[in-house]
Amino acid sequence: MAGVWVYAEVTAGGDVHPEALELLTKARELDTDVSAVALGPGATEAARTLGEHGAGTVHASDDAVYAEFLAQPAAHALHQLVGRHDPELILFGSTYDSRDVAGRLQARTGSTLMSNVTDLLSTDYAQTQIFGGSKIVDVTLGGPDPKLVIVRPKSFEAQPSDTGEATVVPVDVEIPEELKRARRVERHEEEAAGPKMEDAKVIIAGGRGLQDPSNFKVLEDLAGAIGNAAVGASRAVVDAGWVPYSLQIGQTGKTVKPEVYIAVGISGAIQHLVGMKESKRVIALNKDRDAPIFQYADLGLVGDALKLLPQITEAIRAARA
Amino acid sequence: VNVTVLVKYVPNPTGTPEMGDDFRLKRQGVEGALDPGDEYAVEAALQLTEGGGEVTVVTMGPEPALGAIRRALSMGAHRAVMVSDDSLPGADVLVTARVLAAAVGRSEFDLVLSGVESTDGYTGTLPMTVAELLDIPSATFARKIEASGGSLRVERQTETGYDVVECPLPALVTVTAAVNEPRYPTLKGIMQAKQKPMEKLSVSDLGLSAEDIQPTQEVIGIEPVPEREAGEVVEDPGQAPAKVVEFLKKARVI
Repeated sequence: MAGVWVYAEVTAGGDVHPEALELLTKARELDTDVSAVALGPGATEAARTLGEHGAGTVHASDDAVYAEFLAQPAAHALHQLVGRHDPELILFGSTYDSRDVAGRLQARTGSTLMSNVTDLLSTDYAQTQIFGGSKIVDVTLGGPDPKLVIVRPKSFEAQPSDTGEATVVPVDVEIPEELKRARRVERHEEEAAGPKMEDAKVIIAGGRGLQDPSNFKVLEDLAGAIGNAAVGASRAVVDAGWVPYSLQIGQTGKTVKPEVYIAVGISGAIQHLVGMKESKRVIALNKDRDAPIFQYADLGLVGDALKLLPQITEAIRAARA
Repeated sequence: VNVTVLVKYVPNPTGTPEMGDDFRLKRQGVEGALDPGDEYAVEAALQLTEGGGEVTVVTMGPEPALGAIRRALSMGAHRAVMVSDDSLPGADVLVTARVLAAAVGRSEFDLVLSGVESTDGYTGTLPMTVAELLDIPSATFARKIEASGGSLRVERQTETGYDVVECPLPALVTVTAAVNEPRYPTLKGIMQAKQKPMEKLSVSDLGLSAEDIQPTQEVIGIEPVPEREAGEVVEDPGQAPAKVVEFLKKARVI
């Protein structure tokens, strides 16, 4: 029973996934003994950033096996480290790879695993939100250590710490051949034009109410008029194949927190609300006055998006001219 | 290939979920359905077995969960396994994974399929725990699956695009809604479903101990989040453009 760990995803360039920095900030509140585990190319380089955010120790391996093969090598290495160091709690981000590793680790350790956590009050007391964030559920975590917790993105704000440099401990775990099975053979990027959703001050998200994929153009026009605005989408239209998955906002998809969120033709299903309800301000445009999204909007507009949006775009252009 | 699909019966996703006094989602007496996310997995299984092989659906749940099984059998699955036990209500994700892994492991399979997460609990980790218990490789978030010569080629969604993953069988894959368009059961399918083999199992049939099915999480309280005050709603479209401009100026984004 010693310490809180953060499972940190890193890029080959040594960048740390932003969720890991959020988790380190929370980990410092829970325990003075905070470590990070970083597996894959870039891990050693990433240790510096992890240390700046509060990791006293970074268990790091730059071995390409962790990037090349899905989940199994990372879960194995993490399990070995857990056996040696006996952490009390491990925090994971909500990314696909982290979820996979956490699920596999649970099978090995028989630990409790809680997903969608929005806050931790102690190492064995967590909270989650259900029913679209309308209720908070308090949960005590039992069973053997380490407790495994997957945190919703942006639940905590990443803050640098003044604890100094992390001690880097190389991970010396041999990965058995039989765990090198599911191999990544190609990587494809499908980046949309314009600013990324993570960086944009304004996000304009479209849903089924837009009726046709070609109508996403009116959202792009509005984004262009506002400037520093990105276009996103609800799951319904991503599922329908209108826009790539990288634009999806919601439970499965991105969690965003822009200055202004503009929901167009989105009814406000729980699945979607989870990904956007922390936005600073919300504008909703829907033709159904009873759409749940209006409950979450600071400004609601009832009307036909295809008629209204071009007028709004014009008005913004005029106001800026 | 023989494919086993993990399915779940969930309260009607378009309904309003309710919580009982025991802090559990009300399931009894609530209209439900096969989890919409699982329909994609059943459809993928049916397509992958078109050249031969059987589709088995496995579920855990009380009597109403039969509804999920019937739907999958009506779509074309060949047989079903259902685990029901008075000791299981309140099972957490680890207990559920142990039960499902034990049930899956009883018959031969080349591939296990499931949705990426359930519509009611959406923990999104259960399939991986099952894969680890079965000691098989896996690929999550598949938007395309091809099987040939004892191995899989999967397009796996990522935050910025997709990866291509190659994986030998047996394996477990979770599918997204992008993977296919699930079929509707035909009348013939619905009639045939009634004749298909279904095995009902209890926890002791699976060789699991009382300790194996002991939950490790306890809900100790539920409190409402203070409701956000809904803002102004403009119903006159003529006013909308000016209101938006004013709003964006106040927010200092234009």
